[in-house]
Amino acid sequence: MQTSEPKAIEVTDLTVAYQDKPVLWDIDLDVPPGVLLSIVGPNGAGKTTLIKAILGLVRPAAGNILIYNKPYEAQRRIVSYVPQRGSVDWDFPTNVLDVVMMGRYGALGWVRRPGKKDRELAMHALEKVGMEAYTTRQISQLSGGQQQRVFLARALVQDATVYLMDEPFQGVDATTERAIVTLLQDLRANGKTVVVVHHDLQTVTDYFDWVMLLNIRRIASGPVDETFTPNNLRETYGGRIAFMK
Amino acid sequence: MNEHLDIQLIAIVTAVACALPGVFLVLRRMTLMSDAISHAILPGIVLAFFLTESLSSPLLILAAAGTGVLTVLLVELLQRTKLVKEDAAIGLTFPALFSIGVILISRFAGNVHLDMDVVLLGELAYAPLNRLKAFGYDLGPIALYVMGTILVLNTVFIFVFYKELKLATFDASLAAALGFAPTLIHYGLMTLVSVTTVGAFDAVGSILVVALIAGPPTTAYLMTDKLSLMLILSAIIGSVNAVSGYWLASLFDVSIAGAIATMTLIVFGLIFLTVPNRGLIAIARRDARQKWEFAQTMLVIHLFNHEGLPEAEAESAIADLHEHLSWDPTFTNQVVRYALNNRCVSQDERQLTLTEQGRAIAQQALVQ
Repeated sequence: MQTSEPKAIEVTDLTVAYQDKPVLWDIDLDVPPGVLLSIVGPNGAGKTTLIKAILGLVRPAAGNILIYNKPYEAQRRIVSYVPQRGSVDWDFPTNVLDVVMMGRYGALGWVRRPGKKDRELAMHALEKVGMEAYTTRQISQLSGGQQQRVFLARALVQDATVYLMDEPFQGVDATTERAIVTLLQDLRANGKTVVVVHHDLQTVTDYFDWVMLLNIRRIASGPVDETFTPNNLRETYGGRIAFMK
Repeated sequence: MNEHLDIQLIAIVTAVACALPGVFLVLRRMTLMSDAISHAILPGIVLAFFLTESLSSPLLILAAAGTGVLTVLLVELLQRTKLVKEDAAIGLTFPALFSIGVILISRFAGNVHLDMDVVLLGELAYAPLNRLKAFGYDLGPIALYVMGTILVLNTVFIFVFYKELKLATFDASLAAALGFAPTLIHYGLMTLVSVTTVGAFDAVGSILVVALIAGPPTTAYLMTDKLSLMLILSAIIGSVNAVSGYWLASLFDVSIAGAIATMTLIVFGLIFLTVPNRGLIAIARRDARQKWEFAQTMLVIHLFNHEGLPEAEAESAIADLHEHLSWDPTFTNQVVRYALNNRCVSQDERQLTLTEQGRAIAQQALVQ
């Protein structure tokens, strides 16, 4: 056991398999507090599965995951999750404010209903993502970028320490992308730890300070300038990538 | 209380009791599951009947509800193998369970009162005959008490766990991440659906149960964007269907259950056609308007492109317009009239000229 400060996320020897097909092979990952980390890798590399394993949504076949030295179940309240936008039904009969308030449900616990304070926190989170004008908007009438902002507001309202986001840049317009990046950097500036599943290799160096290269096994992880190297990328993506640097 | 009132009360209470959990089934795209449950509970009822030799024992409801949950479990187990899709898993499971019930009845209960017709269609008309009596008083039909209890149960469950049901239905993975055990909520809801189905089934039969569970929520879904309102509207629509179905049945002297199911479809159809913004009529109107708007835009762009050029006179002559645009002459005239009405163009003798407004529309369309 090291005496240094605790890791925000500490994954050791994590294997996740569907039947006998491994999706993640013996992953080790240390995420220090206060970094903005992107997880990159080809389709089917297990990026989403890794996030879900950290959140206890898929059961590992082996290995251990700690968040600030404790298992996830003990740390739910300090972890916030932004699922992929496509994972929910946007025709659900509800409006923007209501979805953001769902972020407060964890703090409320079973049965208790959200009240005035939760509403105010939700409004505040919507202001942060520039969606305060859309509070009563039916969610099916939002654009992809607006949907993503609503999901981010829902995560912000949890006021967590660790944020796990699955492809927040998927299918959003350039303005929203800028807004999200600013938001992520604000979170890091406030000492939060942010882990983002990311697709666009071109923006990794601009947006993030840490990166994990993943393709079923961990290829590398660490600060971007040390880790995001052509060699590591080639190993992650095989010969299938023409990446200029 | 007279018989008319008794039957209508039973129908209303049953309809509302079914509509409330039905809202969540519709939103979870699981209405077929209610169909499956309503059939698959038969072996549970038959087995409990053999044990108790009574059709009114509460054990019947418990056994049937158990079989209902078992159905959900079997369907999900099959699905989880990834070898069978959900609809096929449902299609395999419930006929198998149902047929076990049918075989049990035909083999062992041939001379007992457990009638297949009543099981499938139910008979609301007979429901008031079976009455609760205590201390020499007639306290009303038993079916009303059974369904009333189930209605209270459903209302309390949905009221208490409203927030959890909403989250687990909208975003199950967030619900799991926040520690709200969506699987537990799921099976809680499925138990509720099973109990409701069994209770309703005795009064109204299995076909009508499905109509009561799926019909009103689907109709309400067209009318609102708010979950709480969808629940209230579903309850109201269910009641309207029940009462109007009852009077339809009295009028034509037909099966009450059949008439209520028919009214469910008719009310859905009416709402489907007429609801503002997303009804079929509203959509058709919008499409028609868009068609004319688009044609008008094409016309003003055509005029705009040739405006002030040598060929402008030829291009804007009303009589030749249809040739330039390759439009049907009648259609061309209609578009010209439409644009004139909207003051996008003005007519002097045989020529069309753009107005300021028309020019603005053309410019805006071209910029986009």
